[in-house]
Amino acid sequence: MRIRVKNGRVVDPARCFDSAADLFIADGRIVSLGDTPPAGFVAEGTIDATGCIVCPGLVDLSARLREPGLEYKATLESEMAAAAAGGVTTLACPPDTDPPLDEPGLVEMLRHRARLPEFANVHPVGALTVALAGQRLTEMAELAEAGCIAFGQANIAVVDTQVLLRAMQYAATFGFSVWLQAQDPYLARGGVAHDGEVAARLGLTGMPVVAETIALATLLHLARETGVRLHLQRISSAAGLEMIRAARAAGIAVTCDVAAHQLHLCENDIGWFDPHCRLDPPLRSSVDRDALRAGLADGGIDALCSDHTPVDDDAKQAPFAEAEPGATGLELLLPLTLRWAAEMKLPLAKALARVTSDPARVLGIPAGSLAPGAAADICVFDPEATFRVSRETLRSQGKNTPFLGHALKGRVRYTLIDGHLAHHDDMA
Amino acid sequence: MNLVTSRPSPQLNANGELIHLITLEGLPREIITGILDRAAPFTEIAEREVKKVPLLRGKSVFNLFFENSTRTRTTFEIAAKRLSADVINLNINTSSTAKGETLLDTVDNLAAMQADMFVVRHASSGAPYLIAQHLASTGREHIHVVNAGDGRHAHPTQGLLDMYTIRHYKQDFTGLAVAVVGDVLHSRVARSQLHALATLGVPDIRVVAPKTLLPSGVERMIGSGRLRVFHDLREGLKGVDVVMTLRLQNERMLGALLPSPQEYFKSYGLTPEKLALAKPDAIVMHPGPMNRGVEIDSAVADGRQAVILPQVTFGIAVRMAVMAMLAGA
Repeated sequence: MRIRVKNGRVVDPARCFDSAADLFIADGRIVSLGDTPPAGFVAEGTIDATGCIVCPGLVDLSARLREPGLEYKATLESEMAAAAAGGVTTLACPPDTDPPLDEPGLVEMLRHRARLPEFANVHPVGALTVALAGQRLTEMAELAEAGCIAFGQANIAVVDTQVLLRAMQYAATFGFSVWLQAQDPYLARGGVAHDGEVAARLGLTGMPVVAETIALATLLHLARETGVRLHLQRISSAAGLEMIRAARAAGIAVTCDVAAHQLHLCENDIGWFDPHCRLDPPLRSSVDRDALRAGLADGGIDALCSDHTPVDDDAKQAPFAEAEPGATGLELLLPLTLRWAAEMKLPLAKALARVTSDPARVLGIPAGSLAPGAAADICVFDPEATFRVSRETLRSQGKNTPFLGHALKGRVRYTLIDGHLAHHDDMA
Repeated sequence: MNLVTSRPSPQLNANGELIHLITLEGLPREIITGILDRAAPFTEIAEREVKKVPLLRGKSVFNLFFENSTRTRTTFEIAAKRLSADVINLNINTSSTAKGETLLDTVDNLAAMQADMFVVRHASSGAPYLIAQHLASTGREHIHVVNAGDGRHAHPTQGLLDMYTIRHYKQDFTGLAVAVVGDVLHSRVARSQLHALATLGVPDIRVVAPKTLLPSGVERMIGSGRLRVFHDLREGLKGVDVVMTLRLQNERMLGALLPSPQEYFKSYGLTPEKLALAKPDAIVMHPGPMNRGVEIDSAVADGRQAVILPQVTFGIAVRMAVMAMLAGA
C-alpha cells in the first residue's frame, strides 16, 4: 500500500532532519521525504499530519509484556495496543516471564504470538542464566537463533561473580550483548525506597546508592575483563552515572538507559506511601533526578526507556513495602520525553533521538530512522494536545502509574508499523 | 523543602478536624494538646468504683491486629470498654508467604459488619493510611482508623501517652532537653516521639544510638534543625530532663547490626551511673516491654526516676481521649 503522510513537520533524529515535509511510503518502506511524490507514486491512502510531528516510531528498551505466564497482569494484545497508542513500534522485553525466557521454544512462541501486523516489533531479551537463578548459563546461541537480541537478568542479580564472569565471556564469544541492572543483592535486601530522608521519615527500609555503585563497579570491571558489550539498564543515581562516564572515558564499551519516570519524580513523590511510586530501582533524591536529566541530555545516558511494568490492582493495592514494584509506561514514554525536552530546552530532534535512533543503536538494529528504504515504523503526534492520564484512557492492562491524574502534553495520532496503520486516534 | 505542609494530611478533614489518627507528623499542636487535655479527666475514671463512661455506647470498635501484640491491644480494649464501646478483637496472622484475603478485602468485610472504628496494628509501614484511604475512596469515611503501630512508621498513641507523661511530670515542653536512646532505625515509637516533641516546642531533642541503629538523614527527619545525634550515651544524657529508652529486639543481632546484647548494654544500656549525668530530677521512660540488662538496668527501671508504669496508666486515658475525639463524643 502506498501512503502519503502530508502537511506534517518531519523530525528524523538519526539525520538531524527537522523540517516541514511529506513522507511517502510504499510496501511497508519509506520511499522518500519531500514536497512532491517520487515519480510514479500514486497514494492509495493519505494521513493528514497538519499540526503534528512525524517521527520514527519509538524504540523502547524495556517493556514487560507479561507473556508467557503472567497474563493476569497483562496480555500481548493489551500491551501491544498500549505500545501502538504510545507510538512505540519496536521494543525489547525482559526475560522475567513465568517461566523465564530461558528456552528457545518459549522465545519462538512469543515471537510467533507477536507476529500480527498491528503489533510492534518485539525483541526478546533472553535469560542470561537458567531460570534467572544465576547458576547455569542458558543456551545463548540457540536462544539468539530463536530471536533473542541480547541476554539479561531483568532486575535479578547474578550473585555469584564467577558465574557472571563466565556468562560475559561466553556472550562475548558470540558477540552477544549483555543487559543488566546494577543492584547489589545484599545491599538492596529488603530495600523498598531510596535510603534517604523520606524512607527515614516514613519508616521504610532504605536501598542505598551504594547498592547501585558497588554492583556497577563489579559489572564494569568484568566488562573490561571480558570485552563483552554491556548495556546497563535503568540507572538511578548521580554517582552511578559518574562511574559509567569514567568507564567510558577509560575505553570500556558500555551503554546505559534510564526509565522515563526517573526524570520527573524523586523520593518526595512517595508522599503518603503512594504504591505507584514503589519502583525498582527506587526513586532517588532530587539531586540524582537532576543528574539523570542532565546525563540524558548530554549523552552520558544513551537512551530513555519506559520500563513498562503492568501490575494488577491486587498486587499494587497493598502497604508500600508489600506492593509489587513497577509502573505502566508504554503510553507515557513520548509525553514524558517531551516534558523533559521542554523543561531542558532541548531541540526536538535531539530529545527524540533518545527514544528512537539511540535505543536502536543499543539494540544494533536499523530501526528509529526515516531514511529512504527504512521500514515504515512511524509515529505521528500532536505535540500540543494535552490529555489526562486515567485508568479509562490507558490501554495497557496495568493501570499503575504515578502519573495517574496528571495532564501530559503530546498525543499520538497515528502509529504505523511496517506501513500498517496500528493506531489511529480520532479524538483530533 | 517542607514536605509536611506540601502534602495533604490524610487524618484531618477539610475543617482541620481529626478523623483518623495515623501519625503525629504534621499534626497541629492544638490537636495534640487537645488530646492531652481531653485525656486528663479520663485518668480519674480509673479511680472510680464504676470505671465506665457512656461516650461510645453502641459503637463497635474493631481491634485489627495483623501483628502480635498483647499489651497495646489490651490497652486499646480497656480504653474502648471504659468508653462503653463494643470491642471485637481480631488477630490476623499474616506472612508474606501465606496467600489469602488481601488487606483491603479484610477491611471491606469488617466494614460490612458496621464497624465504627478500626484500631490497626500492621507490620508494614503505611498500612493504616492505606485502609483510611480505601475507606474514603469507597464512601465510608465515617469509619475512623486509629494506628496502633505500623511497621517502623508510627505509633501515634504511644507518642501521645509519652507526651502526656512528660507534661504530667514537667508541665512545660518549651524548656526541656529530651534524649531518645536506642534503636531509632526500627522504631515507630521513636518516630512518633520525635515529631511530637518537635511540634510541642521542645528546644533540645537528641537521639543516641550506634550508627547501625539510626536511619540515614535522621538529623533532618523532623526539620527545624533541632535534632542532635549522639553516639556516646554519656554525652547524650548530659543535662537532659527526660530519657526515653527504646526497646531493643533480639533479632537485631542476626542482621549484623550489633554484636551482642552484652556489648549493647555496655555502651547504650541505661545504668544509674550514666543516668547520673542527666538532671537530678530527670524522668526515665520506656514503651515496654523492657529488656532488663539490655537497654535498661533494673536499678534504673525500678528506681525513683522511672515513670514506666505511670506511662501504662496514662496510655489508657490517652487512648480513650483519641477514640472519644474521633467519634465526636
